[in-house]
This record gives sequence, structure tokens and C-alpha cells, in this order.
Amino acid sequence: MNGAGIIKGMIETARNLAGSYYDPGRLTTVQYPEEKLPPVENARTIPFLVYDGADPMAGLRCTACTICEKECPPQCIYIVKDQVKKPDYLGKMQLQPKVFDIDISVCMSCGICAEVCPFDAIKMDQVFELSTDDRFGGLLFDKTKLAKPNDYFAKLHRTEAGETDARREDDKRKAEAAAAARAAAAKESALEGSAP
Amino acid sequence: MSGLLKAVLAIAGIMGVFGSCFALTTVIERKLLGRMQNRYGPNRVGPCGLLQPVADALKMLIKEDIVPHSADKLLHFLAPLLLTVPVWLSFAVLPFGRNLCAIDLDAGVLFFFAIGSATELAVFMAGWSSQNKYSLIGAMRAIAQMISYEVPLVLSTVPVIMLAGSLSLNAIVAAQGTATAGGLERWNAFTPWGLAGLLLFLIASTAETNRSPFDLPEGESEIIAGFLTEYSGFKYALFFLGEYLGMFALTALAVTLFLGGWHAPFAWLEWAPSWLWFAVKFASLIFVFIWVRATLPRLRLDQLLNFSWRFLVPLCLMNLIVAAAWCWTASWASPAAIPLRWLFCAALIALPGHGLAHVLRGQVPPPRQYHYAE
Repeated sequence: MNGAGIIKGMIETARNLAGSYYDPGRLTTVQYPEEKLPPVENARTIPFLVYDGADPMAGLRCTACTICEKECPPQCIYIVKDQVKKPDYLGKMQLQPKVFDIDISVCMSCGICAEVCPFDAIKMDQVFELSTDDRFGGLLFDKTKLAKPNDYFAKLHRTEAGETDARREDDKRKAEAAAAARAAAAKESALEGSAP
Repeated sequence: MSGLLKAVLAIAGIMGVFGSCFALTTVIERKLLGRMQNRYGPNRVGPCGLLQPVADALKMLIKEDIVPHSADKLLHFLAPLLLTVPVWLSFAVLPFGRNLCAIDLDAGVLFFFAIGSATELAVFMAGWSSQNKYSLIGAMRAIAQMISYEVPLVLSTVPVIMLAGSLSLNAIVAAQGTATAGGLERWNAFTPWGLAGLLLFLIASTAETNRSPFDLPEGESEIIAGFLTEYSGFKYALFFLGEYLGMFALTALAVTLFLGGWHAPFAWLEWAPSWLWFAVKFASLIFVFIWVRATLPRLRLDQLLNFSWRFLVPLCLMNLIVAAAWCWTASWASPAAIPLRWLFCAALIALPGHGLAHVLRGQVPPPRQYHYAE
């Protein structure tokens, strides 16, 4: 029949009109500031620095090795090494950053810094509400602003954090075992030395 | 003095009511379009987004008014004015309720169409003066479309005028009001030729007001809004105002000519204010326009012109014969007379319509020859 397609289309739109009022499931819009979708695990925006323990500056995993600074394609990371060392999670003395700045207006969210870091110290964040009226200072994040606890990392990237934590736990156990063995060997040799 | 006061009151009333109607329609249309596409539509400004037109108006007012360097500045300035003024004038002859008509012209319908056709000139002025290829293409399309659809628009009103025996809109409304006791009023839409005429009129007026699916002159995706391309700020808003007011005027005319004007559907419902009945019919037709816009995609230019000249115009002429047949069979006196008359008249319009549609559908345009773009 002539015009049957038009009538079919009109019925479809009329059903949408009525349906959108009693069935909210039809509306796919997420009304952003009030409603938010849960973040996707692999989403990434800007990097952040992971710390362990309660004190952000004391627990910072970063050893100021500057690999990330050198790898960063847009060169948005700026690091100055501190003279004072601090022990890492294995008890080894490591350098620490005196200054660690990221210019997030330059950062292109590639995630290379997080990939190359051998200390699991820099990871990708998922924050995106970063607009500010201060164009220069407001977009230059220093290490106090970048430091976030390991729990936060575990919350964002569950799978990756699980692997990282297991590996670090393993390393720590091995290091402790090695230290214990070394201590025992030292004790034995000391005993042997004093025996005769 | 009292004449002047009357005129001022009428002007203020029409401008106030239809101005706010315009504001309200823009936001309700956007909300309905949204819902018909499973979206929310504007819901941020004010309660339920109803203050959106205020925000839009403020935005339009504070925007920069850009005139192209090589434009014909006088015509560029005059075009939006020339589009809006005649549309306002056409409201003067429409009866919105009992005794609610600014000027009762003897040639009301004629005046309406004569003044309404001035908008074509304005659209072409806008396209020509902008010195922009898209504007000119849009204006050319607009001229082709508006002239093509003016014909079925006027032709579809002819049976109404012939049977009412008057060009005065008040007389046409009065002719539709004398009801048989307890039955339906004698609206023109309750006759076969009236129903067909209403449909033809609505289709033609959709095209006449550049609304989807006939919005080729301002196809955003093809010719970046056509003749509106070089307009910004309040001139742009004036174009929109003119277009919506044109739609309102044609809708009000459709109500007046076919849906009994301000009459209630039944005589025993006449206790409600006459302007309320008018408003209800008016709003329903506006809703139909919005509904159609949400549903149908834009036509191609050749489809558009073929549809007018090879479908609507012949059917409008056929509708005259249907009206004649309806009058000729009025003397039939038997219990089955009315269904028989309906069947006879419906066949008179439906069969040619079916044939024309069949012919139109069979016409596939030949493969396009590109002369310059190989």
C-alpha cells in the first residue's frame, strides 16, 4: 500500500515518545555531572606517582632514575634528584626525587612512562575533571599533587595492581630469604672462625 | 480613536500570543524530537528546560552580527525583516475565536496567500545578497520548492472556497458550524473532499514552510543551512521566527478551512471558549508537524518537484471533482446513502492517487553523467 512505510515510521516514533516516559531503559543518555558511568579498567588519562604506607613523601616508590623523563615523547616530566637516599621496600638505599613535575597540559596520555618504570612507581590515572582557570600553575602538577596511595592504584586497575603487588611481595620474600641466608652464612663463618 | 485602540490591541494580542507560542514551540519541539529519538531533549535551563528559549534568545542577542565583506549589505539587512513582516500581516485575517478576528476581509484567503508569497522574495534576497554559493543554491532550491508547492497549497483550498461561496475566513468558519441536532458539526474535514484537502494542504504547507522532510533549502548536511549560511545573531533568529510563524499561520489556516475553525466538534460542547477549541486543534496540528519531522528523512530535489507537480497538483485537481461529486450525490436519499457516497468519493481520489504513486515509483532517474568530475 502507498504510504505504508511512512505510517510504520510514524508508529515507531510514537512508540519511542510514549515509551521513553514509562521505560527509562530506552533513554541511553547519561546526564553527566549528576550521573557518571563507572570507569573502565583500562582507561588512562595522566600519570600519577604510587606510594606505600601512610606518608606520601616517605613512601614514594620513585627512585628518580629519570627513565620516564627520557622516554616521555612530549617531554612533560621534569625530575631533579635529591642528595639524600632512602630505603626502598627491599631495604635497599635508593635515590629519591627532589622535584618531580608533570605538565599535564603537555602530557598526551600515552602511558609510556608507566610502561618503562622498573620500580612500578608511575602509573596511569583516570581523573578527567582537570579544568582550571590558572593556565600555567594550575596545570603543572608537582610530586605532592601526583602522589597517590597504592590502594588507589589497586582500585583503578585491579588486574594490573594484583600482578604488581604479587611480584613485589615475591621479591620481598626472596630478598628476606636471601638476607636471612646471608646472615646465617655470616654467623656460621663467624662461628667457624672462632671455633679453633 | 477607538479604531486605533482596536488596532493596537489586536496587534499586541497577536504578537504576544504567537510570539510566546514561538518560544514555547521551539523548546517543546526539541523535547518531543528528543523523546521520539529516545533522548531527553533540553532539560537544563529552568524547570524541565522550559526556560531554554530565554537562554537561546540571550545567546542570539549577544552574538556578533556578521555581514560578509562582498555582500549586498542593504538586501542582506532587509531580507530577515521582509521574511517576518508579511507573516505577521497574514495573522490579521485569521479568526482565532468567536469575534476574535483582527480584520474581517472579504477576500481573506486571497490576502493570506498574496501576502504569504512575499516570503519567497525574502528567501531569495537572503541567498542572493550573501554572495555565497551555498546561500545561492539554497535560495534557488527554496524558490523552486516554494513556487511548486504554492500551487497545490492554493488548489487544495479551492473546494472549500467554492462550497462556502466566500473568500472571507469568517464566512468559511460560519459555514462549518451549523450542526444537525446532536450530530457532528459540519467541518469540512468530515467530508471526503475535505479530508483529502486537509491532507494535501498539510503536505503542501510542510513544504511551503521548509520543514522536514521538505527542508532542502536549508539542508544542513548538504549546503550548510542554505540561505541561512551567512546569517548570525539576531538576523538568524528572525529567520527562525519567520519560519515558525509561517508554520503557525498555515496551521491556523488549515484549522480554519478544514477543521471548523473555532467551532467545537459537537454542538453541545460549545460551552467551552471558542479560542480554546481553536488552540486545541492548532496544537494538535503543530504536534503532527513535529511528529513528521521526527520521522521522515529529507527528500532529493527531483523527488520533491516530481512529488508536487506529478502527484499533489493532479490530486488537488481531482479533489475538485470529488467535491463536485459529493455535492451531486447530496440528493441521494436512502439509508445506505452516506456510506455509498463516501465510498464513491474515496474511490474517485484514491484510485488516481494510487495510479500516480505507481507511476512515480516506477520512475528511476537515469544514471548520473558527470561532465567535469571524472
